[in-house]
Amino acid sequence: MFDDFLMRAALAGVGLALATGPLGAFVVWRRMAYFGDATSHAAILGVALALTLSLPIGIGTMLVALAMALTVSTLSAKGWAVDTTLGVLAHSALAFGLVAISFLPGARADLSSLLFGDILAVSKTDLGFVWAGAGAILALLLWRWQPLLTATLSEDLAQASGLNPDRERLVLTIALAIVVAVALKIVGALLISAMLIIPAAAARSLSRSPETMAVIAVLIGAGAVLAGLQLSLLFDTPAGPSIIAIAALIFTLSVVIAPLKAR
Amino acid sequence: MSLLAASGLTVRLGGADILSAVSLAIERAEIVTIVGPNGSGKSTLLRALLGLQALAAGQVTRQAGLRIGYVPQRLHIDRPMPMTARRFLSLPKRCSDAQAEQVLARCGVAGVGPRQLADLSGGQLQRVLLARALLNAPDLLILDEPTQGLDQPGEAAFYQLIADVRQETGAAVLLVSHDLHVVMAASDRVICLNGHVCCEGTPDVVRDAPEYRALFGFGTQGALALYRHDHDHNHGPGLRHEHGPGCGHDHSHTHQSPAKAKEPQDHV
Repeated sequence: MFDDFLMRAALAGVGLALATGPLGAFVVWRRMAYFGDATSHAAILGVALALTLSLPIGIGTMLVALAMALTVSTLSAKGWAVDTTLGVLAHSALAFGLVAISFLPGARADLSSLLFGDILAVSKTDLGFVWAGAGAILALLLWRWQPLLTATLSEDLAQASGLNPDRERLVLTIALAIVVAVALKIVGALLISAMLIIPAAAARSLSRSPETMAVIAVLIGAGAVLAGLQLSLLFDTPAGPSIIAIAALIFTLSVVIAPLKAR
Repeated sequence: MSLLAASGLTVRLGGADILSAVSLAIERAEIVTIVGPNGSGKSTLLRALLGLQALAAGQVTRQAGLRIGYVPQRLHIDRPMPMTARRFLSLPKRCSDAQAEQVLARCGVAGVGPRQLADLSGGQLQRVLLARALLNAPDLLILDEPTQGLDQPGEAAFYQLIADVRQETGAAVLLVSHDLHVVMAASDRVICLNGHVCCEGTPDVVRDAPEYRALFGFGTQGALALYRHDHDHNHGPGLRHEHGPGCGHDHSHTHQSPAKAKEPQDHV
């Protein structure tokens, strides 16, 4: 079944949705949307670096994304204006990445797949990488679930309960770096944070507890992947943007449905 | 040994001493109320005692294995996170449904379990926060202006609840009140703070005086009382009484029962 490119694409997308569902919920709860942008834009720089140093691309993107995520969380902890800092970092990361890539002729041709993903070209190795990464993120989040929720709700309450909010923030930072490396091939650097935020935002209005929100976000993400692939196949549209477009439609639908459901 | 003791506790923020050389101790099953004007460092003191605030000097010692229940001044509930009151009680330690129901009923908010935290009224939310703090069977309850945003009957009922909890569980209570004049009748000790400990003593319970009945109404059932104290206290020769800027001391009045209050207060 792994020989069919469409099957591999579907499995990779669903694997990604498993990780982006709960992680995206935390991004929404902690208002880290721009944080996700900065981290995922850094991925392009990571690709350039990996190609230059002949490292595996997954490792390169993960390292640069992690460095960026740590920089952002350190600066915001030091009281830098988060909004401005993230705006500067997110766009500079993208610009430097694009400049760096232009020095590598081979990768230059591939620019659109870096920016928007190339889910239909996912290999068996890529698939293994996606599921391993998604598994690692899920394991990390499940292991720290209770402390993560407490620290997200109130850092003071968490600390008064003997937890360390800094450690929980680090857990999320690491998970975010892994998801960037995993998602690059599937939806591309520009749309990684869309994959995090839109399914979670759509799940918000349909859920009454953090757990249901995370699960519904996974279902919406997986549904968007499958429907987006169909759309791409039918109308020959780019797969990554098609997936996000479907997710956005589901979000709109959820906003319309939620008030009706509440009655 | 005291449950919790602070000695020479100093907190510096942005170059200014928010707290200087504060020493206090909380004993088993006593209710201690901290009063002081805005910016006097009340919340900072609680945060320092809880370990949420870095100290410039001094130390906080806790009895080994001390269980603290903390009720913050307010919990800012972010709309993005769906959270029922029941689920909140299980953070970070899970509790059973029976425990949750029991503690919510104890705090006078039976049945709010399935409701969203963001949909609760201020008073209900404070009670849910108290319920969560009680779940851990605390030796010491720390409450930061727990009645902020409550009306006077609500405030009185909340203080009554805390007094009952102390009675039943023997937990000590340390609470901060934003109101300089109105403190709990059940307080064993009142500490007046203004960057340093100005004075401390037992609250003067005047629940029988008709003029205070008239002032606070009968609805409070004597749970609110005036703490009357004197700021013309003697610090002894050579000791300068330092007050931070903004310490108006517009509340000069005499102790009704000086025998109960510890005075003069010496603080170094």
